[in-house]
Amino acid sequence: MTDTPIEEMSFEDAMRALEQVVGQLERGDVPLEQSITLYERGAALKARCEAKLKEAEEKVAAITLDADGNPAGLKPVEGL
Amino acid sequence: MSDLLDDADNGSNAPEFSVSELSGAIKRLIEGEFAHVRIRGELGRISRPASGHMYMDLKDDRAVIAGVMWKGTASRLNMRPEEGMEVIATGRLTTFPGQSRYQLVIEEMRPAGVGALMAMLEKRKALLQSEGLFDPSRKRPIPYLPGVIGVVTSPSGAVIRDILHRLRERFPRKVLIWPVPVQGERCAPEVTRAIQGFNALTPGGAIPRPDLIIVARGGGSVEDLWGFNEETVARAAAASDIPLISAVGHETDTTLIDFVSDKRAPTPTAAAEMAVPVRMELLSWAEDQQSRLARALTTALGQRRQRLTDMARALPRPANLLDGPRQRLDGAGAALPAALIRTVQTRRVSLSHSAGALRPSLLRSLIANEKRQLDGQAQRLAPALSRTAQGKRDRLSALRLSAAPIRADLARKARDLRALEQRLSIAANAQTQSWGKALSSLGRLRETLGYEETLKRGYAVVRGDGNVVTTTAAARAAGTLEIQFADGRIALDGSAPIAPPPDPAPQPKPRPKPKSKTPKRPPEQGSLF
Repeated sequence: MTDTPIEEMSFEDAMRALEQVVGQLERGDVPLEQSITLYERGAALKARCEAKLKEAEEKVAAITLDADGNPAGLKPVEGL
Repeated sequence: MSDLLDDADNGSNAPEFSVSELSGAIKRLIEGEFAHVRIRGELGRISRPASGHMYMDLKDDRAVIAGVMWKGTASRLNMRPEEGMEVIATGRLTTFPGQSRYQLVIEEMRPAGVGALMAMLEKRKALLQSEGLFDPSRKRPIPYLPGVIGVVTSPSGAVIRDILHRLRERFPRKVLIWPVPVQGERCAPEVTRAIQGFNALTPGGAIPRPDLIIVARGGGSVEDLWGFNEETVARAAAASDIPLISAVGHETDTTLIDFVSDKRAPTPTAAAEMAVPVRMELLSWAEDQQSRLARALTTALGQRRQRLTDMARALPRPANLLDGPRQRLDGAGAALPAALIRTVQTRRVSLSHSAGALRPSLLRSLIANEKRQLDGQAQRLAPALSRTAQGKRDRLSALRLSAAPIRADLARKARDLRALEQRLSIAANAQTQSWGKALSSLGRLRETLGYEETLKRGYAVVRGDGNVVTTTAAARAAGTLEIQFADGRIALDGSAPIAPPPDPAPQPKPRPKPKSKTPKRPPEQGSLF
């Protein structure tokens, strides 16, 4: 288990941690108290994953360049 | 003599040019005729002086034409001309009348044909490979779920459309398009710049820094894709800190950037697939994990419950547990009264046995017996006491003290003491007298030996500066001389005797600090008068 709080985990970290928790719980070799803690952690991780999955939002922009060819700003792109 | 001169009349009527005229005519002719030529040939010697212009020979197996590429053209060139390379050059011919030379001013130059291009590509590949830029260890993992994806491609066209479409299907993300031309001369420098530009963005800045870069272009001819074979592009991709997916051309096209990118996608659509996972799958995966969690917990609880039940069943019932003891209690309870009665009876029998022997006459005879013994002892007591007292008295009288011998002893001791006292005082007087005599004779001896007795007989002691003077030399050397008589001392200048000092009390005290007194006081010396 990593020490990162679940609310700050990236999707990938949360996903890996969740798989770990599920595997541990399924092996069934953890004490009862710990399995309840694990279950709660798993639920929190799943919520985190879901939240990250729901964040899916398309936003397309093109970079505009100034006269020197350096990025100057963003221009929304639509209809592609 | 006439042979030495050109005889105009002796020959044809051909017109006569000056050198400049002819050179000018040639120049006009050549530059007019060859104002725009395409020439294919092998590059010969190439020189690149500091001026920036580039001089090279174009040749085939029979001829050579000198060529020059001016600085401006040379810097725009998107290939690096190398000796032996087969090229197609476009330009115009000019003459150089000062040296009777002509040359090709090259305005554009490209490798001739796919074969030449490929040879050049292989060379570049070998170079980059030797630098280790293709090492698998350099490849960065593509982030599982990038937040922002930077796409370097043409903003119009099917490629960006395909990528966005596939991203939308799988997992909509933020996409930043860095527009670049994807073919032609401007392609390579701008793609290079775009890769570097994305990397130069600061995380958290106004323009978000992508977590992943896709460099994409649709299919095309080798020449169309050539920009992605340029060394600058490949180097920029290799140097990118941000993981980079290359998707240039179709699956069969491989460009240089594909070797250095962290992942090569066969098509732009495939790049989008590599970039993000499928959201719906992940959602169902999350649900699946949730149910596996629940199932695992239920199983864990169920198993424990089952074991608990099993073990509980194996436990005997509490009521049964007590049956045996309870029965024993009942038995014991029932046996108790009979046992009590039996015990009491047994005790009673033994009591009556013992009580049978216990009679008053037995006690009386015991008492009488004891009394007799006591009387016997009492009768012996009084005579024993008087006998003992008499014995002690006899021993006391035998030891009686008498005063007479003690007194006689005392008197004798007193006499001895008085005699000793007398002897002591006599002896002490005699001793004292003899010491007195010895003392006075020693005193006399001292006086006769001391010089002061001699003074009474008329002798005197001379002292100079306090010391005794015994020679005239010492007397002359001394500052002050003093003579001691029997009755005192006198200084030779007649002043008061210096020593022995008389009683110091009447002597006026010397002024301890004359300087602090008034200056009217006469000097000390004045007291002599």
